[in-house]
Amino acid sequence: MTIYAFATQLLTQLLELVIALALAPLLSGWVAVCRARLQKRCPPPPLLPYHTLLKLFRKDVLLAHNASSLFRVAPYIIFSCMALASAIVPTLSTELLFAPAADAIALVGLFALARVFIALAGMDVGTAFGSLGARREMLIGFLAEPALLMVFFTASIISGSTSLATIVGTLAHHEFVIYPSLAFAGVAFTMVSLAENGRVPVDNPSTHLELTMIHEAMILEYSGRHLALIEWAASLKLFAYSCLGIALFFPFGVAESTGPGALAVAGVFLVGKLAFGGFVLALIETLNAKMRVFRTPEFLGTAFLLAVLAILVHLLLEGGR
Amino acid sequence: MSPLALILLCLASWLAIGLIGAFFSRQFVLVARILFPLGALVGISVALAALSAIFTGNETAMLPLGLPGLPFHLRLDALSAFFLFLLGAVAAGISIYAAGYFRRGQGSTPGLQCLLYHLFLASMGGVLLADDAYFFMVAWESMALSSYFLVTSDHRIAEIRRAGFLYLIVAHVGAIGILLSFGAMTGGTGDYTFDGIRTNAPEGWLASAALLLALGGFGAKAGLLPLHVWLPEAHPAAPSPVSAMMSGVMLKTAIYGLLRVTFDLLPEQQWWWGALLLGLGLATALFGVVFSTVQSDMKRLLAYSSIENIGLIFAGIGLSLVFAANSMPLLAALALTAALYHCLNHAFFKSLLFLATGSVLHATGQRNLGRLGGLIHRMPWVAWLALLGVVASAGLPPLNGFVSEWLLLQSFLFTPQLPHGYLNMLLPVAAGAIALIAALAGFAMVKFFGVVFLGQPREEHLAKAHDAGRMERLGLIWLATGCVLLGVLPNFVIAALDPVTQLLVGAGFAQVSASGNWLLLAPISEERASYSGAIFLGGLLAFTLALFLVVRTVFHGRLRRADAWDCGFPLLSGRTQDTAEGFGQPIRQVFAPFFRITREHPSPFDKEPHYRIVVEDPLWHWLYLPLAWLVDLGTRVVGKLQQGRIAIYLLYSFVTLLALLVFTTR
Repeated sequence: MTIYAFATQLLTQLLELVIALALAPLLSGWVAVCRARLQKRCPPPPLLPYHTLLKLFRKDVLLAHNASSLFRVAPYIIFSCMALASAIVPTLSTELLFAPAADAIALVGLFALARVFIALAGMDVGTAFGSLGARREMLIGFLAEPALLMVFFTASIISGSTSLATIVGTLAHHEFVIYPSLAFAGVAFTMVSLAENGRVPVDNPSTHLELTMIHEAMILEYSGRHLALIEWAASLKLFAYSCLGIALFFPFGVAESTGPGALAVAGVFLVGKLAFGGFVLALIETLNAKMRVFRTPEFLGTAFLLAVLAILVHLLLEGGR
Repeated sequence: MSPLALILLCLASWLAIGLIGAFFSRQFVLVARILFPLGALVGISVALAALSAIFTGNETAMLPLGLPGLPFHLRLDALSAFFLFLLGAVAAGISIYAAGYFRRGQGSTPGLQCLLYHLFLASMGGVLLADDAYFFMVAWESMALSSYFLVTSDHRIAEIRRAGFLYLIVAHVGAIGILLSFGAMTGGTGDYTFDGIRTNAPEGWLASAALLLALGGFGAKAGLLPLHVWLPEAHPAAPSPVSAMMSGVMLKTAIYGLLRVTFDLLPEQQWWWGALLLGLGLATALFGVVFSTVQSDMKRLLAYSSIENIGLIFAGIGLSLVFAANSMPLLAALALTAALYHCLNHAFFKSLLFLATGSVLHATGQRNLGRLGGLIHRMPWVAWLALLGVVASAGLPPLNGFVSEWLLLQSFLFTPQLPHGYLNMLLPVAAGAIALIAALAGFAMVKFFGVVFLGQPREEHLAKAHDAGRMERLGLIWLATGCVLLGVLPNFVIAALDPVTQLLVGAGFAQVSASGNWLLLAPISEERASYSGAIFLGGLLAFTLALFLVVRTVFHGRLRRADAWDCGFPLLSGRTQDTAEGFGQPIRQVFAPFFRITREHPSPFDKEPHYRIVVEDPLWHWLYLPLAWLVDLGTRVVGKLQQGRIAIYLLYSFVTLLALLVFTTR
């Protein structure tokens, strides 16, 4: 690798990271706006998440008496995991510096690492809500993770690689045939992302005191900058998942060079697709009701089976190419 | 001095250390503070010698011990060297820890423990070096017996005696299987050296019979379904360093034995052997992990998790066999590398976790998760080191458990056109099963760490718990360092595994992966898949640190302590938080058919409401209890022969003599 290529890849990588950090709260705000509009409510300002983050950063941290050091370290680790995850996903360009360091499986591992830390942090203070949330989060985790991996496996069997850059490159370039397997995988991926991001059929992001809450139950004891980091990490996770969905199922427009023109075009495509994706998410959330916690195994089991079906369809109908 | 001679010397010094310990049985300071650390040094030398032997190639020797005309044949090749490295490296950590662990007046005398422990180590070394069936069985049996006595060192407790007895039975049923397997392999030639077996190894159904017998025998030692029942009983019964040794190293000797038989002694592999191993391995792994999530004894939880890991290793070996039988050496090497790498990883993180439970046990006297909690405040060293083990064991990046699971998934994913349509379809689904198992392992590990170390103490005396001593800490740090290094430097490990896979399946991919830089693990090619633990860890640490500095400089670092919020609930105590049983409840619900659950619900009118739940292994009731009943019945029938009167016994002899006369003179 020449110095020039290295420098441009590094720049693209940093650009992608900065865009993810900057745009993630906006995406959450946009989803909230769409949701309010669809439900005929008066929408909050789309920039509200930024205000909330700033407010939280400025506030003091109130720490429970028996919170341990792990409780204080966890928000930083979770945030780093999510930031790295959104840096790995090839949203703007497939020529990223860190792309070889982590493939699709490592990406799932990164999400799992963040999940383990947030669950442990939830158990740390020793409140009833905290451990309840932690156990439900791990329940959803072990149901969603295999389904997510199966979606990636479908894509990687099609493209002969688990490297995200290669997958996206292959899928963006194939002559326009419709892969039935990818349709199955896409539905499975949507279901998994709803569960993983604590969205409506599985969890309700706008709740703060409900016996059925999951994500909120774990972070109940957090305040100040810790809470800000966790909220920001949650919106980064949503951003990363949206970008993943875009990269896997609607990859056209991704830049495969690091030229500024290609990147700009890719950026415009990305913003458009994200806006549309956020609207679809709000639509799903509006059309569905939250289900009981013990219906989630069925929901995610369906997702897993759809992903398995995707692989089988690929091997049977598409000749395993 | 050649590596083989050095290793033999080391094994002899382990024996000598054990004997000195037995001789000065009452000298506690000598045994604990000098002999065990010496044993650790010996372990390090075994590891170093074995590491050099991996690359130097074969070496054989003959010891003039044993029976007349049956000397002990020894051989050090890459496969034995790899497992000897594992033995030495892990034993070093455990021995150092044990130096601080054994106390006066607990169980057997320290001198006896010292003798048995070092005999156990040396006999495991013997198993790995044996080059004839006779010495193999001698070493195998001394390993089983010494570990039996170690398990029952607290023999005054009836439960421990029962666990030890169960272990002894399963170990010996397994040993019979191995013995018969060797018998089938020699095919009546009477040549019990491994060289002899290799030259006139059987083919066809006899080879398959030998494999199945070996699978039963080694599977019983490794904890393969349905022979796993001794594991969750024996591991909690043993003192923690012994549990660590058994789980970390002894289970791997069974893996070694199976690899030796399938890939080395038997010349032709059948693809269905691989499919069988793969299926059994996956079933074992799923069973183990599901059960580990519902345990409420911390050592039983870890024991079930060991069953899970053994299942994953068997799945890897099975896949490798499928590839090898279809002459795809490179992919066979990939799957085998994943399995061997996982052996090494599991040895490190599981011993680390078992030793951590030992420290908790010493500090609190409790194994029951329902009586622990909040120990991170009192035992920060143990807690943070155990966290490393937990992350590794849950198969999360950037530690070592992830690397081997990643390699395993890769080998499942890139199944090219195998000539079996069904297998081609099923293998990606098997990859899905492995993903499920890994995710469930995460659940079990969060439960383990969260309930033991986090939250509020569930008992009052936990506030007086003390952290691990200096020696114990050193042992834990040694093993935790191993977990980190194996996670971030996979290419070195794979370079060391290359001679092993070359030996067994005739291919390795050290050259392929060494073409890039040393940071990047890319088993087939970089376009296909690549991962770098070092960059991952570095990136994560750097980002976390930078984030911390930025947040602290841009904003303030103000912090106030207050009561927990808990949605305004004021009566927070150790008993208002989740119990271990509560944490496992989702699993009990989702995987209900796996368990045999008996529940007692309180009625609303009870003065003292009682809730009881017992989760049992259904195999006990389906398989073991009927089996025990049958054996009981059989022995009772045979017992009728025993009348206790000498005249009747003489009659038996007379009848036998007559029968023989009739048969032979015909």
